[in-house]
Formats: sequence, structure tokens, C-alpha cells
Amino acid sequence: MPSAPNSFRTGPDERGHFGIFGGRYVAETLMPLILDLEKAYNEAKADPSFQNELDYLLEHYAGRPSPLYYAKRLTEKLGGAKIYFKRDELNHTGSHKINNVLGQVLMAKRMGKTRVIAETGAGQHGVATATACALFDIPCVVFMGAVDVDRQAPNVVRMNMLGAEVRAVTAGSGRLKDAMNEALRDWVATCENTFYCIGTVAGPHPYPAMVRDFQCVIGNETRVQMMKAEGRLPDTLVACIGGGSNAMGLFHPFLDDKGVRLVGVEAGGKGVETGEHAASLTGGRPGVLHGNRTYLLQDKEGQITEAHSISAGLDYPGIGPEHSWLKETGRIEYVSATDNEALAAFQMLCKLEGIIPALEPAHALGHVIKLAPTLPKDNLLVMNLCGRGDKDVFAVAERLGMKI
Amino acid sequence: MSRIAKRFARLKADKRAGLVTYVTAGDPNLDVSYQILKGLPAAGADLIELGMPFTDPMADGPSIQLAGQRALKAGITVDATFDMVRRFRKETGDNDTPILLMGYYNLVYQRGPERFCKEAAAAGVDGFILVDLPPEEADELKPYAVAAGIDTVLLTAPTTDDERLPAVLKYSSGFVYFVSVLGITGTSSATEEAVRTHVERIKRHTDLPIGVGFGIRTPDQAAAIARHADAAVVGSAIVERVKAGLDEHGKAKADLIPGVFAYIKALADGVRGVRKA
Ligand SMILES: Cc1ncc(COP(=O)(O)O)c(C=O)c1O
Repeated sequence: MPSAPNSFRTGPDERGHFGIFGGRYVAETLMPLILDLEKAYNEAKADPSFQNELDYLLEHYAGRPSPLYYAKRLTEKLGGAKIYFKRDELNHTGSHKINNVLGQVLMAKRMGKTRVIAETGAGQHGVATATACALFDIPCVVFMGAVDVDRQAPNVVRMNMLGAEVRAVTAGSGRLKDAMNEALRDWVATCENTFYCIGTVAGPHPYPAMVRDFQCVIGNETRVQMMKAEGRLPDTLVACIGGGSNAMGLFHPFLDDKGVRLVGVEAGGKGVETGEHAASLTGGRPGVLHGNRTYLLQDKEGQITEAHSISAGLDYPGIGPEHSWLKETGRIEYVSATDNEALAAFQMLCKLEGIIPALEPAHALGHVIKLAPTLPKDNLLVMNLCGRGDKDVFAVAERLGMKI
Repeated sequence: MSRIAKRFARLKADKRAGLVTYVTAGDPNLDVSYQILKGLPAAGADLIELGMPFTDPMADGPSIQLAGQRALKAGITVDATFDMVRRFRKETGDNDTPILLMGYYNLVYQRGPERFCKEAAAAGVDGFILVDLPPEEADELKPYAVAAGIDTVLLTAPTTDDERLPAVLKYSSGFVYFVSVLGITGTSSATEEAVRTHVERIKRHTDLPIGVGFGIRTPDQAAAIARHADAAVVGSAIVERVKAGLDEHGKAKADLIPGVFAYIKALADGVRGVRKA
């Protein structure tokens, strides 16, 4: 286990490594392109006009800052920690994905790219990308696993209405991993004019760092809002993890605040012990896929195994490399919540707070329901409510046997 | 001198380019796959690329994806792949035809680069072509490959400019693989003129032989590549011949193996018809 560094916020190194994780494991055809992107991103970071344009869009287009909301009824019901929600589900397009997409589409424009591609699981990243591409008048193609096209149908319709082309991917098992393979295949053939807008803190360097930077607006706002609400920093932060972008966005600004406990919740599927889950950090080991070294679900030989989750957005056998590093350094705790725990949490939030959450943050809530009662009443807990559940209502209704 | 270096020296002495044939290990099953491997040199292959199936072949088109799925379903493993090569060396007595393993880095990483290199070398493997291990990450494999006497063939692409080429060449031995098109395997083909320009450019940076692949499907295309490069690499089109030899239940028909060899023979005739200076 690596020893704790002076700061957890300095990574990655110049080769894109977080400890042994991360890196750039891509085909040579793409290598020059990701080196260009790295250079362009470093220039953009140093250019105040880039940040100004992004800030403007985040405020006036996406609707930031998102509220920090004290969930009184839930707090009373659970009888422990004081629970706040960071309400990124109120963003335009309905999730945190827009934070990152606006940044990347500005990068695409800056680099003179004339076409944008994206992979999507739940469809939230696809919708966000289709939205930003409509705004900037850039043709957009979204790759989505055929299974996810079915279970997240409302988002497919939205993407089409926004003018994006959705390509259903039947290769492999037709889920998020396969959508990412297909997006990478497209990119190798079209890299000269195409920008690949990755939806989470994964992929080859510089994506994990770049997406993290764009998502850090979540944690930065939370810090200010909590100071205003309670006059101090929170004690506990909880977020769900698919690739890990909403969690990284919330956690990263707090990594060096030693008193803040950070808890990432992976998708436990039918239960980690059944083998049918998507908890890469709990049930996987380090390997190389999709451009980086990270924890992966795989067999003895290194063949990637299927993830299982009721949530299309968490149904991925890997995780962003920085999370793998933060797990090994012990800075973040990683736990899991099952399909059934997420479903119970989903229903509880609807009835108790009048908020229909996406199935992804319902996993975070599934853990909060267990964790909060064990904490004292003065423990300030923030959960990232990173997406709304409009896309999930039909799938959940069916699962619960409700008449539609 | 490695088997790969010797083979290219021999080709040079014979004043011709070589034919590199790609087949997926274990496709359509372990037995037929071995029979194909065994007969490749006689059919006209000068070097052999043996694909190691991976669940997520990000740089491959549908033909090689499907071949990998057939092989994984048939139970191919890394050990079984090594066994195929060991058996080839032993049963055919062929100690000259180079065999390169082609695939994705995770299978190497899981076994451990050092152990993987040692076991591959002991089985009679001569080189690796790892699609997702660019020079930026090649350090973690190269020392073990060198120690085991295994060549590492890195890929160059049309996007690899003059500034970047030296980095790629630094980690390359045996030959350099030029990926002639932007794209995945088995989709489009480059023009002869584009290939000539890139090969000449790469030649200005290295004395290593240059193999050109991606998109070569016909004997004429192979001949066109042979005019400019030291070897033509054919993969998807061969793998499609394997698929064509399967019945509706996925069982190998009697003409599968002869069909594959006849096609390779035609490619070899194309390549061998080109006399080099
Ligand atoms: C609402 C929502 N939350 C979370 C995720 C998981 O992604 P990440 O872990 O990168 O936040 C998704 C992905 O589709 C999503 O739509």
C-alpha cells in the first residue's frame, strides 16, 4: 500500500499516472491526438477567457450553482446524521453530466473539431452531449449499448429530438463497456475531425484529470454552501460510483481536509457475494482497459467480465483510475449498495422528500440509509443527488409491478 | 539474430517482400486453429501473427471481433495459445518461421510481463504486437522482452508524425508495423500512393524492415504493398475465410482449411510476383 502523500490533490504525474493507475494505453493512431488534447487542455486551463465562458454557461445555461438542500424529513426518519443533498439533479438535462460536457464541448470548439462522439450508459451523458452539441451546432453521434437503449428509452428519444444520432451497440453484451469500445473504434477512424467527449473520469490521460476538473464545481460549491449553512465543513460525503465522475467532483476539493470522511458507493447488483455486480473496487483487481490501468472486473486470465446493475449508469466493469489510487491510499472508503437497496431508497425519497432520484444516486442513498443512523446528530452528511429519475420511472414501475 | 531478423534478411536476399498472415488463436476451435497454424508456412506465410483473443478488442473491426468470440467460446486461453506454438515448433520442425503474438496488454499484465515473456519465449514465440501499448507505456514490458529475446513490434500510424516516430522506433525491434489507414482492422484500404509516401518517410528514420497492414484483402492489393514495403500483413480477410468455412451451427466444414490455404496461396503469389531491387 502506498504511503499517504502530503497532498491527495496533486495527481496525476506528467505521464498521467496516479500511483500505478491511469496512463495512456491506446492504439498508436490515437496517441498523437490525446497528446494534442493534453496540450490544448493545459493551454485552456491557463486561459481566463476559457474559464469565463465555461462559468457563464454553467450559471446561465446549466443553472448552477445547484442548491445544497437540508433533507429534514429524511434526517428525522433516519434519526442520525444531518443529511444534505447536493442537488445536481436540478441542472439542465437532469444530472451532473452537463458540468463536464460543457467543458469538453468548449474544448472541441477550441481545437477546431467539427464532430463530437460520446458513449453513454444511462443516457444522461448522451443527453448532455447532444444538448451542448445542439447549442454549439456540432454534429453529434452517441454510442449506447442495445440493452441500455431499451431500459433508458426516454433518453434515446431526448437525444434524437436534440438532433444527435444514437447508435445502438450490439457487440459484446450491449452495455456501457461495449458502447465505449465502439466509440473508441469510431474515434480511431475519425480522429482528425472528431472530438471524443468521455462521460466519466476514465479513459486515457488527460481525460480522468480533465473530467475531474470540470466536475469539481460540485465540491467547490458544496464547500461554500456548507460554510454558509452551518459555518463549518461537512463531516461525511457520500456519492455513487459508475466511472466515478460525480463522486470525484464532490470529493476532490475535500481530499486534503482530513476530518471529512469520504464514501463512494458502487453498484452491488444482486450482491457482491453473488458475483453479479458492478463493484470494481470491491470485487475486481488492477488491469488495463479503455486506455488506463485501474480496478476491473475480470477473470484469472484478464478477460473482462460482465458487470450487473439495475442502473445502466453504474453498469461498468471498471472505474476511474484516480479512484483506484485513492482506494489504495485509504483516503476514500468504497462500499456497495444492491439493486434492492437502491430500489427501496428510490421509493423512500419519492415519498419522503418529493424527489424522484435517478437509480444511480439511489445507490448512494441506499448506503446513506444504513450509514446515517450510526452517526451522531451533529454529523453533517452531504450526499450527491447527481441525477433525477425521469428516465427511470418506467423501468422502476415495471420492476415494482406497477400498472403504467 | 532473432528469427524475425533472419527471416527479413532471407527475404532481402531473395529480392522479395514477405507475407505476414494473421489468424486468431482458437478460431473456430482449438483443433482446427492448430491445423491452420501448422499449414501456414506451406501455404505461403513468411511470418505468422497469432491473435490472442480479448473480450474487448478496441482496435478491431467486426471480423476479428467475431473470430475472438468464437475462440473464447471454444475455450482458448493464454496457456493454450503457448501450447499451439510449442506444438508447432515440435511437430513441424519449423525453426525458421517467426511467430508473433498479437493482442491487448491486459492479458500480458495479468500474468506479469516478466513471466509472460519467459513463457512465450520458451514456447517458441518470437515477437509481440500489443495494440494498446504505445511507447509511452512500453517501458513496463520492454526490459523483460529483451531479456527473453522477444522482439517488440510497435505500431506506427498515419498520425505518427516525424517528431513522434523516433519514440516509436526506440521500442521497436524485428520490424515496424505501419497501420496504413485511420481506423480499425478490416474496414478500409489505403491507396498505394499513400502507403509509398509513408513507407519512404519511415525509412528515413530506421533501417528496420517495414510491414504494412490493415485493409489488404486481394492478391493485387498485397502485390501493391509489396512494391513499397518489406512485408504485407493480412488479417481480417483471412479470418473471414475461416468464418466462410463454418456451417450454420458454427461447425467447421470440410473445405474450411483448404479454403483458407488457397486464399493465402493467392496472396503469397501476389506478393512473390513482385521483384525487389
Ligand atoms: C445520474 C447519474 N449518476 C451517476 C452516473 C455514473 O457516472 P459517474 O460515476 O461518472 O458519476 C451516471 C451515469 O450515467 C448518471 O447518469
